[in-house]
Amino acid sequence: MFDRREFPSGLQLVPHKAAALERAIFEAPAPTLATVALEQGNGREARPTVSAGDRVRVGTLIGRAMDEGTVAVHASIAGIVRAIEVRETASRAGQGLCIVIENDGSDQNEPGLEMVEWDSLSPEMLVDRIRAAGIAGLGGAAFPTAAKLAAASRRPATHLVLNGAECEPWICCDDALMRERAADVVLGGQVMLRASGAARCTIAVEDDKPEAIAALESALAAAADPRLELRLLGATYPAGAERQLLAVVTGTEIPHDAYPTDVGLLCQNVGTAAAVASLVRTGMPATRRVVTVTGSGVGRPGNVEARYGTPIADLVAACGGYRSDPRRLIAGGSMTGRALPCDAVPVTQAVNCIIAATAEDLSPPRREMPCIRCGDCAGVCPAGLLPQSLLRAAGADDAELLETFGLADCIECGCCDYVCPSQIPLTARFRSARAARALRLDEQRRAAEARERYARHERRLAEAAAAEREAFEAARRRARGGPE
Amino acid sequence: MRFETAAAPHVIAGYTVPRVMYQVLLALLPVTLVQVFVHGPGALLQLAVGVPTALACEALALRLRGRAARPFLRDGSVIVTAALLALAVPPLLPWWLMLLGTAIAVLLGKHAYGGLGYNPFNPAMVGYAVLLVSFPLEMTRWPVPLGTAAIEWSELARLTWQSFIHGPVGGPGAWDAYTGATALDALRTGLGQRYTMEEILAQQAFGSLGGAGSQWINAAALAGGAYLLARGIVRWHIPASVLAGIALPAATMHALDPGAHAAASFQLFSGATMLGAFFIATDPVSAATSDRGRLFYGAGIGSITWLIRTWGGYPDGVAFAVLLMNLAAPLIDRYTVPRIHGHAGR
Repeated sequence: MFDRREFPSGLQLVPHKAAALERAIFEAPAPTLATVALEQGNGREARPTVSAGDRVRVGTLIGRAMDEGTVAVHASIAGIVRAIEVRETASRAGQGLCIVIENDGSDQNEPGLEMVEWDSLSPEMLVDRIRAAGIAGLGGAAFPTAAKLAAASRRPATHLVLNGAECEPWICCDDALMRERAADVVLGGQVMLRASGAARCTIAVEDDKPEAIAALESALAAAADPRLELRLLGATYPAGAERQLLAVVTGTEIPHDAYPTDVGLLCQNVGTAAAVASLVRTGMPATRRVVTVTGSGVGRPGNVEARYGTPIADLVAACGGYRSDPRRLIAGGSMTGRALPCDAVPVTQAVNCIIAATAEDLSPPRREMPCIRCGDCAGVCPAGLLPQSLLRAAGADDAELLETFGLADCIECGCCDYVCPSQIPLTARFRSARAARALRLDEQRRAAEARERYARHERRLAEAAAAEREAFEAARRRARGGPE
Repeated sequence: MRFETAAAPHVIAGYTVPRVMYQVLLALLPVTLVQVFVHGPGALLQLAVGVPTALACEALALRLRGRAARPFLRDGSVIVTAALLALAVPPLLPWWLMLLGTAIAVLLGKHAYGGLGYNPFNPAMVGYAVLLVSFPLEMTRWPVPLGTAAIEWSELARLTWQSFIHGPVGGPGAWDAYTGATALDALRTGLGQRYTMEEILAQQAFGSLGGAGSQWINAAALAGGAYLLARGIVRWHIPASVLAGIALPAATMHALDPGAHAAASFQLFSGATMLGAFFIATDPVSAATSDRGRLFYGAGIGSITWLIRTWGGYPDGVAFAVLLMNLAAPLIDRYTVPRIHGHAGR
């Protein structure tokens, strides 16, 4: 229906990015107490490897990943582990196990960290290094980078796309990073090309970031690597949504029931690329990231490089503190960000932006009316859904209709909410319908497993009974003494 | 420090249902003014009855249904219903018929099905259809357009008022001087009586493009519709397909047999074509859902309108065409679910 090389729909939104981009990235002071969450934002918790009282240095492993979907966690400051306990976090669950480290002020690094000879390591060993470093996707989803790279290298990966679209309002940490560390982005792209086995790498950037584009162009010229190219996108929200971005950049639409790596594509955030570059340059695992701290409720908006575990209140303090009565503290952008209940929660790999939003940054309370089926929602949906029909299906709790109208394909971007004249909180409805769907599928899966287990048990019983009968018959024949 | 929590997105455009409805009302202004100019002040009288009646019926229905009245009375949707009905009925209609039609539109057409957002049929067209089948004489009596008969606007206004208050008085024939068949009606009658197309088109009911009066009203509705398109209130799919649904069969048949079929331009600029295409068929509640579905929906309305005008029992067919396609909308929706990103085409 649509030209897959053009972004099909979406919104033109006010960017709100200029204020935080006025000054260069600066470092937030290391916190006196770092609360490093063992769940870095993708819902999977690492297992602690230290105990209260242990001494750690910057880069010491403190949480081990028990499976491919979890990221390893490292100490971001040097000091003593004071507690391992459940604290409020920025995660979906709202809380999680954290390792609280008291800063001893020494800022000593873990011994033995050294640069990675990435161009002489095998791809497998390179992926292992990235896995051990605990690097996760820095675009907000915090999915383990090594898992994606490994999946890509198992299939023949062809095309790596570095996502620098950064389409959501307020967020500009990637823009700042591309301006100031474009060489790291390019280096990270080269390392990930080797790790994934992909042949080419496209850095995709929205065309409203001229400084970042210029910096990337000169970094690419310096690298003189023909496998890397720059691709400009129209500034449309949500141009950076993974599947939509890949469709626009590569012309390939990823089937709904497949991952990008299944069709030879790999998408990584530009910040992740820079984190990989930092690892190969210094050997230091993931201990810090750039966070945009912005909103009308912040004194001096800016992009701050913060250690994981730094309380968000410290970042705000580093940016001039609060002003003019912020009402909502949003982790992420204004379209998909999570409103945090308090500012004591620590920075994780998933926290790309903090908005201290005053009333003027927020919409007034919604006055919800019935759906008038105007179809404006369908016109902006980047997944090609009919949100109004999905809403009816969700209201009726009709599992079959929800599948028909593509509940699973909703990317929760919020575009339908944004335009709805009846001001219906569509995304929130879909989110809870998706949670209910996940529960239902899980229940079905467990019921099927139980059935299978029962069937196996029955089979075993029947087999045992048959064998017993057989043995009995044989014994009786023997007892009668007559050869048959 | 603690903060309020809320679900994303944290910012919305702040569009509202009233904004949509009042834009529609604004876009109806040209049609209203041109109708007053061409056919006398009847449209204003119909509005003066229709709008208060609609608001009263809405308030009554909401009260009976135990719903908060204020947000719905303010949303403007019931005013749009009343305005569309007021502009669709003849300006000479007696007040009690307008009152009846509006009450049927709001109470039966809208609230019997659950109010705003739930009506399967276009409420204004429900009211119109009931009036048309119950009071065919009153519903087809249009004043001749100003400039085609020896009548002053002030005289037209006086007679309109008389008809509005007392109904058609003075016995048969008393109104013949200043009421007449509409162009669509004259075309049907003329063709039925074996007049040639040239003879028919020479009658005073016909203008250079469409009906002598209705071509101006249609032009005004087209202008209002263009405004709605430009403001993004209405998307192009339904109006374009309605107009194509009328124009394509009309042009084809006119080319094959120009003696028996009027040109496409005549069909487009007569009767309720433009009002129907931009304001009536575009009611989203009772229309098909997806853009592709709306193309089928509009094409159905356009072609049924043309069929009724050409071979049906009524001079104009917009109301029945809309109601019939309202019936078909769920079926259209079933077969026009758009392709979801990452899924194979359907």
